[in-house]
Amino acid sequence: MDLNLSPEELQFRDELRAWLDANVPHDWSAWREKPMEESFPYLRAWQRKLHEGRWAAVSWPKEYEGRSATLTQQAIFWEEMARVEAPPMANSLGLGLIGPTIIAYGTEAQKSRFIPKILSAEEIWCQGFSEPNAGSDLASLQTEARLDDDHYIVNGQKVWTSYGWVGNWCELVVRTDPNVPKHKGLTVLLIDMKSPGVEVRPLRQMTGESEFNEMFFRDVRVPVENVLGKVNDGWNVAVSTLMHERGAYGARLHPLFKRNINRLIELSRKFQKNGHAAAQDPLTRQKLAQCYAEIEIMRMNQLRAFSRISATGAPGPEGSIQKIFWSELNQRLQQVAQEIFGPYGQLLGGDSHAVDKGIWSYGYLRTRGNTIEAGTSEVQRSIIGHFVLGLPKSY
Amino acid sequence: MEFGLSESQEFLKDSTRKFFAGECPSAEMRRLMETDTAYEASLWSKLTEQGYPGIIFPEAYGGVGLGKVELMLLMEEAGRALLPGPFFSTVVLAGSVIEAVGSPAHKEKYLAPICRGEVRATVALVEASASWNPRDVQLSATNGKLTGEKLFVTDAAIADFLVVVARNGVFVVDSKASGLTISPMSGMDLTRKLYRVEFSNTPAEHIGGTTDLPRALDIATAALAAELVGGMQRILDITVEYAKTRKQFGKPIGMFQAVQHQCADMYLETESSRSAVYYAGWALEENSPDAATAVSIAKMYASDAARTVGNRGIQIHGGMGFTWENDLHLYYRRAKASETAFGDATFHRERIARLVIDEGAVSAKHA
Repeated sequence: MDLNLSPEELQFRDELRAWLDANVPHDWSAWREKPMEESFPYLRAWQRKLHEGRWAAVSWPKEYEGRSATLTQQAIFWEEMARVEAPPMANSLGLGLIGPTIIAYGTEAQKSRFIPKILSAEEIWCQGFSEPNAGSDLASLQTEARLDDDHYIVNGQKVWTSYGWVGNWCELVVRTDPNVPKHKGLTVLLIDMKSPGVEVRPLRQMTGESEFNEMFFRDVRVPVENVLGKVNDGWNVAVSTLMHERGAYGARLHPLFKRNINRLIELSRKFQKNGHAAAQDPLTRQKLAQCYAEIEIMRMNQLRAFSRISATGAPGPEGSIQKIFWSELNQRLQQVAQEIFGPYGQLLGGDSHAVDKGIWSYGYLRTRGNTIEAGTSEVQRSIIGHFVLGLPKSY
Repeated sequence: MEFGLSESQEFLKDSTRKFFAGECPSAEMRRLMETDTAYEASLWSKLTEQGYPGIIFPEAYGGVGLGKVELMLLMEEAGRALLPGPFFSTVVLAGSVIEAVGSPAHKEKYLAPICRGEVRATVALVEASASWNPRDVQLSATNGKLTGEKLFVTDAAIADFLVVVARNGVFVVDSKASGLTISPMSGMDLTRKLYRVEFSNTPAEHIGGTTDLPRALDIATAALAAELVGGMQRILDITVEYAKTRKQFGKPIGMFQAVQHQCADMYLETESSRSAVYYAGWALEENSPDAATAVSIAKMYASDAARTVGNRGIQIHGGMGFTWENDLHLYYRRAKASETAFGDATFHRERIARLVIDEGAVSAKHA
């Protein structure tokens, strides 16, 4: 156990720092308040720039223009990005989840066709997993793909698709064999979103915005060469994507949480509670300290999980701890913020009295989704119960 | 950067686990807890053969010279076995305080015998105010004599000497000193006995000031949290095993999500406590600027988690969990005693607040 950065890690960090100093845009704070539709070209340009510096996909193998970064280096990457308040990348699902799945399961033709454009943000990717009747029970999904000569004909509906409105391509899980147990009849297709029969509609969420979409597929023709992995092995391909979602994602979130708690501590000195600054109120101090501690533990859990992943080669079900830990913590943090701000906490972005232009009222509502998206807390607990603790399957 | 244990650390953890499983199984632990002091000389000499009493102390005093992470691993395994007797009091507590505050001559006199396994010792810190903050100590020595009272002193009746924290320094009092009265306090934890210690014009040897005391207490606090992690792991293991085998409505109860999800939470709480404890050990070893914060985070989280894990474990066991014959309550009792010892979660949250919320406090290493 040695938590000091190794010479290689220091070199990685310093090289990145130097690059960011020279290249990070300084006008993101103005752009971030605009609707995503307006800022999207800006985010594409930023990703392109990162890619030119070979920083867009540090975790990817060197042969795919990544840096074969270790998990620690990936954590350093996200810490440094947060430190300079760098904009997010346009193609975050393509880089974080789908690209690695294509690298793992794709044919050479698929890799050379898709990977370069994922990196350059020329083609944005979305993920078609959940359906109206297949949420936690993903394997029961009904969107069907019927083989017709050298094409699959796809019919069905997907929901909760991030980046659906801007997506050029979609990693779609479909049922190719309805006559076998549900996990065994699934296949992953790579679908061109411009194909005839694809319709994308915005899905308005409780925050009022539309981060997600619904997607409808009516007799959409997909060439057989766009099957990712083996036919009817789609469950394993999809799970590999989900593991990426649960495993390393915490490393990206920690710097953001850290920034939130630091900001909240700063604000607690300004807001009054029981006749003195909230920062002096014993109960508020207890709650802030609890959040601060848990944010530190989130990082330590993450670093320990990294060591296990390094030893075993792949993110495992322990990633479910991270998902439960960060999502529930984020909700508690937002509630503590609300308690500190009192009636100001509810004010939305447009109001001149809103705290930090409404990011906290937004955060309070948005974090309700944290324990649902990317696998509900209930599903995560079942994963731990069965796959980690070896209890019998409950469903 | 590598958070995983090194090969030698894994070896230590593994061999320690086997040692305690062999030398201090549940039946032996239960036998010892029914005795007055929970001390067993033959077990102590076996601990000594392993080098455990000297684990973190310099080789110059006969110690093994390992680091604080290794201490956390040892204490985790001791906690898993619910090791009875004065190991924590003697080694982790008294040993760390003597090492932190004593002169080389005092270390030769008091620390070296601890490393050699020749003596038992403890630290008398808390008074009637029940504060674990050394700044709240009232007892004061006059002309090398102590008069006053200490409470919640662990293992005092089996100690050969007591390390006493006073306003004007740290003192050693011999167990046979005049005017020393040690009387039991009936604590919930049967494996670690508590005592009231009274001094009446009792001669005491000054061994150092209190400046370096917080670091020693931080080592003890983190070690106690490590012990809690071992206890939590044991409760989790027993409970998961029970949930797999106990059947109701024709199914193992672990199949029901109301049970399974509680087990998942026990796992999350145990693993998160472990992460915090290992980090605290590392931060102490490295003298990292956030060492005090890291210790408070570990103790805060583990104190709450151990209680919660115990609650869940007993609940999942149903009626069996409420019986005397089941070991759960013994761990649960230890968890309560250790929760309050060296500051409960509330105490440590306030300490974290002083370290990270109060302006200008961030640079202070110990609060």
